[in-house]
Amino acid sequence: MLCEICKVEEATVHLTQVVDGSIKKLHLCEQCAQKNGFDLQGPISITDILLGMGGKRDDVMPAVIPEKSCPRCHMRRTDFKKTGRFGCAACYETFSEDLPSLLRAMHRKDRHVGKMPVNEAARVNAMQEMTNLQEALERAISDENYETAADLRDKITMCRRKLEKN
Amino acid sequence: MDIDSLLGNSNAWMASGDKEQIVISSRIRLARNLKDRAFPGWGGEEECARIWAQLRPRLSTIKELNPEIDAGMDELDELDKQILLERHLISREQAEKGKGSGLITRADEMLSVMVNEEDHLRIQSMTAGLDLHGAWSAIDRLDTKIERETEYAFSPRLGYLTSCPTNVGTGMRASVMMHLPGLALMEEINPIIKGLGKIGLVVRGLWGEGTEAVGNMFQISNQMTLGEKESDIVKNIEQIAMEIIEHEKNARLRLIEKKELFLRDHIGRAFGVLTNAHLLNTKEALDLLSDLRLGVDLGILKHVDRKTVDELMMLTQPGHLQKMEGRILKPKDRDRVRAKRVRERLSRGEPKQRKQSRIHE
Repeated sequence: MLCEICKVEEATVHLTQVVDGSIKKLHLCEQCAQKNGFDLQGPISITDILLGMGGKRDDVMPAVIPEKSCPRCHMRRTDFKKTGRFGCAACYETFSEDLPSLLRAMHRKDRHVGKMPVNEAARVNAMQEMTNLQEALERAISDENYETAADLRDKITMCRRKLEKN
Repeated sequence: MDIDSLLGNSNAWMASGDKEQIVISSRIRLARNLKDRAFPGWGGEEECARIWAQLRPRLSTIKELNPEIDAGMDELDELDKQILLERHLISREQAEKGKGSGLITRADEMLSVMVNEEDHLRIQSMTAGLDLHGAWSAIDRLDTKIERETEYAFSPRLGYLTSCPTNVGTGMRASVMMHLPGLALMEEINPIIKGLGKIGLVVRGLWGEGTEAVGNMFQISNQMTLGEKESDIVKNIEQIAMEIIEHEKNARLRLIEKKELFLRDHIGRAFGVLTNAHLLNTKEALDLLSDLRLGVDLGILKHVDRKTVDELMMLTQPGHLQKMEGRILKPKDRDRVRAKRVRERLSRGEPKQRKQSRIHE
């Protein structure tokens, strides 16, 4: 029997699993099996893959639906589901769709408050200052207080430069 | 690494905090990762080795960590790892690692850094007794220093990015180790554990995650790391710890008032077993020493001093026991040697007449 993905190599990996009451079978060559995340060493769960492929499809063609993976560290969604740990900081972006429900269950909140690296804190402060200055500028203009407005405009320019430097 | 030099430190066990010494130690750990590098669990051994080689010299020069002791996990034998584990300087997960993972600790163990455990950096600070504020200010300073040496993975919205999303945000776990024999004897521990769970705190055993409570030692820590300021987490746990101290004191008072005979019997039996047993495993030893500690605290055991009990609690752990013996022992032999050491150490402090009167009582 030929591999159902590449249709070239002989299928040596045979996977069977019951999904929604019907039996799904996959016959793959070793290379395609590995490429699609079937860890031959570990316990095999094809549910995730099948679900990831679009659930109830009858024609099983895993190769045509690429699994989401991290552009930086190449961790795949299945890897993350298996270990519960991310591969690198960029994974937080890559798997951002999965995050909200995870974070809600773990932390009840979804936004960081607290310590920041020094550079980051400087940037956040500068942005806050910028917002304050812009608000003050709008007020000054509506009050027709042009002298103050000019002063504020200079300060905003300086603040913007500081931000760009960071 | 000169592990032996650590053995002289009066570590968490022996440190005395509040007068009743119900809180043994306070700890804070921060999880941090380097920007643009794969996390240790995913990056592979070679990448870990590069990161360790890069961080080791940089961390060694930081004033807050000096004088420091450092070692790669591949440079340590099993016994050394076991001792570091028992002293809470490394985790079980790290002990299983080899090349590319390491520990840097200040010689007095108050500040330390695990490199390439679950995250690139796990910074830890420890203080005696209930002093999470002290632990926080020390670790905050060290963290800022380390940040100057490297660049952390950080997102303004999610905070410090960690390998496991359960730690994202502050990356902080603050914990207090409490000795709660009174509450345990009054069978009031479980409702407290449940109650703490409801307010987002976790109760673990002596050695953290997945360990059972031996010796009536309970580690209470925050669960959530996202959306709460470090100082608020610290304040919250300190406050809760003070409330638990009151409950524990109260339980002890009630034990003396209402169950004195039971209490004396319980402590007396513990002393009896410890001074006469010829085989003692770690759990049994720690449980009985916990009873002894309570007896000392309540003035029931006047001829045993608290320092002896605390030293024995440290010594009866397998790694320390074998180090003291200077050889590797099989578990059965350990139980024999442990019992012998405990017997000898406890009979030393016991006055002669007391021994006789005990027999005639």
